[in-house]
Amino acid sequence: MSGENTRVLVVDDEEIVRESLGGWLHEDGFHVQNAPDGRAAVELMKGDRWNVMLVDLKMPGMDGLQVLEEARKLQPEAAVIMMTAYATVDTAVTAMKLGAFDYLVKPFDPEELSILMQKVVAQQSLVRENAVLRKALKKEHRFRDLVSKSPAMQRVFELAQVAARSNSTILVLGESGSGKEVLARTIHEESPRAGGPFVAMSCAALTETLLESELFGHEKGSFTGANARRKGKFEMAAGGTLFLDEIGDISPKLQLDLLRVLEERKFTRVGGNEPIDVDVRIIAATNKDLKKAVADGSFREDLFYRLNVIPVTLPPLRERKEDIPLLVDHFLDRLEAEMKRRVKVSPEAMSALLAHDWPGNVRELRNVLERGAVVAQGDVVKPSDLGLAPAPARAPGANAPGEPVSLEEVEKRHISEVLSHTGGNVSQAARLLGIDRVTLYNKIKKFHFRRDGEEPDA
Amino acid sequence: MEAIHLWWIGEKDPGPRTLEHLQLHLGRAIGLPVAVWDDPARPPDAYDARRKQWSTSRILAWLVQSGPPGLVLAVTDQDLFIPILTFVFGEAQLGGRAAVVSSARLGEPGLPDPRVALERLAKESVHELGHCFGLVHCDRPGCVMGRSSGARDVDKKRGEFCTTCRGRVMRSGGEAR
Repeated sequence: MSGENTRVLVVDDEEIVRESLGGWLHEDGFHVQNAPDGRAAVELMKGDRWNVMLVDLKMPGMDGLQVLEEARKLQPEAAVIMMTAYATVDTAVTAMKLGAFDYLVKPFDPEELSILMQKVVAQQSLVRENAVLRKALKKEHRFRDLVSKSPAMQRVFELAQVAARSNSTILVLGESGSGKEVLARTIHEESPRAGGPFVAMSCAALTETLLESELFGHEKGSFTGANARRKGKFEMAAGGTLFLDEIGDISPKLQLDLLRVLEERKFTRVGGNEPIDVDVRIIAATNKDLKKAVADGSFREDLFYRLNVIPVTLPPLRERKEDIPLLVDHFLDRLEAEMKRRVKVSPEAMSALLAHDWPGNVRELRNVLERGAVVAQGDVVKPSDLGLAPAPARAPGANAPGEPVSLEEVEKRHISEVLSHTGGNVSQAARLLGIDRVTLYNKIKKFHFRRDGEEPDA
Repeated sequence: MEAIHLWWIGEKDPGPRTLEHLQLHLGRAIGLPVAVWDDPARPPDAYDARRKQWSTSRILAWLVQSGPPGLVLAVTDQDLFIPILTFVFGEAQLGGRAAVVSSARLGEPGLPDPRVALERLAKESVHELGHCFGLVHCDRPGCVMGRSSGARDVDKKRGEFCTTCRGRVMRSGGEAR
């Protein structure tokens, strides 16, 4: 047994037990310290980290169960082993329910103690390894509030990090709910303007006049109802970032006004004459195809080029399904902080989440999980808690009517779909397809798939 | 370091072969002269009538107080215990000068060859003396300092130290080869 890095705290009111057990564990190479009672143990827990605590159940004053409760609060990752005499085995069982790692009946069989300590060492090393890996993974798959391991999103993160350092205008493209505002806020927080304000404004659903006033502010009396001078978003965002969402929806007049601001870095309030200097970084976003809008004349080409200095495209969630488990974990962390309750997603519910098409993207996923966490009876979210409509039945490799394809093509498409469904997990995909992994690997090679089922870029 | 004293403190006569074998084995493993300490005295208050076993901590204290100078290994045929465990094969003062080892649980009934039990006793004797040289339990396969929770574990060990443990014994005054 390798106990060199394992710190053990022995808590027992009998000196002879402390000494004999401490000596035995010391011979095994553990770093051992003794505490004669519960209070001393709690003090030692406040000062140092312990991997294992061997705690006597029956002690005067603070008993073993109370020490266990304190340990769960102060050092939840420590393994607590209760020690008891025959008469108190029932209490030991209670201790197990309270989160004890195991219990030993005094006196212990040497082999029993030895095996238990080996189990603890293995468990503690897994705990450490798990914590390190989770931390590393989270770091690798995060760009502040954005969570993803998909190659497409990794490219977005890299571009956004570089873009954040410049002052150039950024155009974020992506479907509704794909995280455009979150990306904009993240870029702001990563930029030298992070100390300034981040002001977000949706350009849709506002009349031209109202939007103009919202953006540029107005002077008192400039229009009916303008009872006082009011600052617009450009002024409010001074020194920071202005996020203009739904930029594809603004009127031709506002397009022109915005173009002027971008070119001259100056504007005037509605009803005012005084030019005001602009010190904002603009991040615009849209879910519309702006190139098409330019082509059909509904969006100014010059404004498009002014905005499209650094274009960043957020892929829809259905194209990066491998991110769903990561995002679920991320949102459950958030929900835990809000609801003070940790819920898990059952494997069946996770399959349902992976199978869904997510037209509302990450926002929809967050809402579905929130609903699931609220509706779930207990701590496990089941598929029925999610309120997802069943996926429309579709024959594998379904094709447009009247377009006959070969059997090989059907096979290729079906494998692609299943791999995409499992997020590239070959073992899971092989199980679903009812073939062994080697066969699936051969087919992946044959069809030149990447493991996520995508065909490689030409 | 001076010689190791081997002291029989058991109930029955061990017979000449047992102590001779231990003498030879210890001398080879540790590389120090081993002398038999022949004294009929027995630890007076180490027997626990309730447990029907002998307390190793009391034996160790008595050895230091009443035994010969230098390293001493007491050998007994009586069952040993420490308060927290049902039994022990032996115990030693870590980095100290006294150790005790018992043959009581090393030869289970029906063991075909009595030499197996004697071999186990020799290994556990080296093991306990290893603790006196400051060694803790060792994970290297076959090293005599490996933890043994049962007699079968003893059979898996060789009667010698691994290279690392041997080096530590030498640095602590032994001359293990």
